[in-house]
Amino acid sequence: MSGPVTPAANGPIAAAVLSCGFGCFALGALAVAADGSRPLAAGLNFYRPSGPLSGVTAAAIGLWLMAWAVLAVRWRNKEVAFGKVSAAAFTLLALGLLLTFPPFGDLLLGR
Amino acid sequence: MEITLRELVTAVHGMLFGGFFLMAAFGAMVLLLDARRDASAEPVPRWQGVYLVAMAATGWAAVLSGAYVIYPWYRAVAPAGADLALYPKFLLTAHPATAGWHTFGMEWKEHVAWIAPMAATMVAWIMTRHRAAWNAHRQVRTTVLGFAAAAFLAAAVAGGWGAMINKKAPVQGGPIYQLMGGQPMGGAK
Repeated sequence: MSGPVTPAANGPIAAAVLSCGFGCFALGALAVAADGSRPLAAGLNFYRPSGPLSGVTAAAIGLWLMAWAVLAVRWRNKEVAFGKVSAAAFTLLALGLLLTFPPFGDLLLGR
Repeated sequence: MEITLRELVTAVHGMLFGGFFLMAAFGAMVLLLDARRDASAEPVPRWQGVYLVAMAATGWAAVLSGAYVIYPWYRAVAPAGADLALYPKFLLTAHPATAGWHTFGMEWKEHVAWIAPMAATMVAWIMTRHRAAWNAHRQVRTTVLGFAAAAFLAAAVAGGWGAMINKKAPVQGGPIYQLMGGQPMGGAK
């Protein structure tokens, strides 16, 4: 647990933060989309006993990890504008939290 | 005193995994707030690394056990004439006065919960692998703390609704285990 302690490029940290925000947003967006589309819900029914929840969450986690991997490679040795990355990540996180709130999803789906 | 398998697993999911995650996430926030006073670039103490990894692991254990073990019991379709006490979703939605526990509470809980382990994993990763940058940059500290708070909030919403829903329509059934004394009241439901 005791790794190198010298500050390095902030790219890997920014990649982790932004991909996490993106994963949260993907979760909320997929939850609302599956709620509003029977074909999508059927397609996301990866594990029948759990229903579309299994696909919604598995897909969101997959997108999060893929985004993390891609950004981590692209920003490995880069210094990025962390303030902008952080603002984008918090915006995505807030949208993700909002989209998981059923009344907001119902509003978007016109219910 | 007896307990059914489903009650036991639900207790492990909520009280062990979920409860530990909530306490650990709150502890991590305190750790983060306290550590921001220390700007020195010291290596991460081993116990902190273990603590943060355990926090993320229990978060994943909570959502995975919830979605793949307990949720199928909760949402199982009740056959005609079945005792709805063994089918919590159908028990709740059978009456307008209780339907909201599913249509609002469970629908919110089952999705928002997953934000907690994702955010906790990111927090644990940065705190253990990039502590130097975390110490050196205020923006990084603020962002990590914000995501730790989001993990706690998401887990609190999920845990709170889970506890209330399980009071209204408990997940129960399966083999019965005798914990102490007395005689079993019946066979497996």
